[in-house]
Amino acid sequence: MRYITYLAIGIFFGIIMFKSEAASWFRIYEMFQFGSFHMYGIIGSALVLGIIGVQIIKRKKIKPLDGSEMSLKPKDKSVARYLIGGIIFGLGWALAGACPGPMYVLAGAGYVSILVVIFGAVAGTFLYGLVKGRLPH
Amino acid sequence: MNWIYEPWPWYIAGPLIALVMLLLLLVGKQFGMSSNLRTACAAVGAGKAADFFRFDWKAERWNLIVVLGAIIGGFIATNYMSDNTVEINPKVAQQLSNDYNITSAGESYMPPEIFATDTLTNPFIIAVLLIGGLLVGFGARYAGGCTSGHAISGLSNLQLPSLIAVIGFFIGGLVMIHLIYPLIF
Repeated sequence: MRYITYLAIGIFFGIIMFKSEAASWFRIYEMFQFGSFHMYGIIGSALVLGIIGVQIIKRKKIKPLDGSEMSLKPKDKSVARYLIGGIIFGLGWALAGACPGPMYVLAGAGYVSILVVIFGAVAGTFLYGLVKGRLPH
Repeated sequence: MNWIYEPWPWYIAGPLIALVMLLLLLVGKQFGMSSNLRTACAAVGAGKAADFFRFDWKAERWNLIVVLGAIIGGFIATNYMSDNTVEINPKVAQQLSNDYNITSAGESYMPPEIFATDTLTNPFIIAVLLIGGLLVGFGARYAGGCTSGHAISGLSNLQLPSLIAVIGFFIGGLVMIHLIYPLIF
């Protein structure tokens, strides 16, 4: 039953990503050219409602359905890892024209070439695991 | 039923993404689409090579199920809900055509100049896709999250680290599009 819930949420997410065109290379390129409000509107409106939702959860002390703890732990304090890691991510996001969520959506939509990007992302994750100890965090 | 086939505007898509995040919180999980890459590495035995992958990945199987859902969602959307074209700002489309010979804006969902399967015979395109993926995977784990984990989940929880990461995402993206694209394409 749990897995069906996760699967349903994933399907819902995939359809939203595709239909909002957030999974389209063109929209990512246009966003970085400041050519349209579209992507900023998606992120911004998700954020406004997300902030309100999280505040309600915190103030009303709402628990997940199974009674466990909300996954809202504060992130570790640092600048280096977020800034350097973020810049590396951004370079890849614009080069491939896709971030992790849309990669899977595009694979499902039948774009064979995206499998090369996904392979690269898995390899990049593995590489990070290998050199993690030698990077500033 | 036209609304199903038309592209969904930002004011529909954004709130629905917030809903996805809140639904995941309600089932005890956190919205993030890149930690599954670590889970996948661990599941195929990367724990033998690095401590980073030595964790109870079976407890994180849920994020692989969400990925499976996203794949199915992409299949459904492209086949039953879309004409698979994306209209962008005509000025940007014109610039793509002039500068990079990418003339498919408004005609396709992804530019066939980069994403058509037969361009995979071009080593340059393979390098673009592979290096793009590498940077995304490496950067997402280094930064501890991607667009969903930081720009949506983290910022919704008012996390300063997520704001730094998102600023990084945009610095990287703008450098790639404005400084590196003109050099390589």
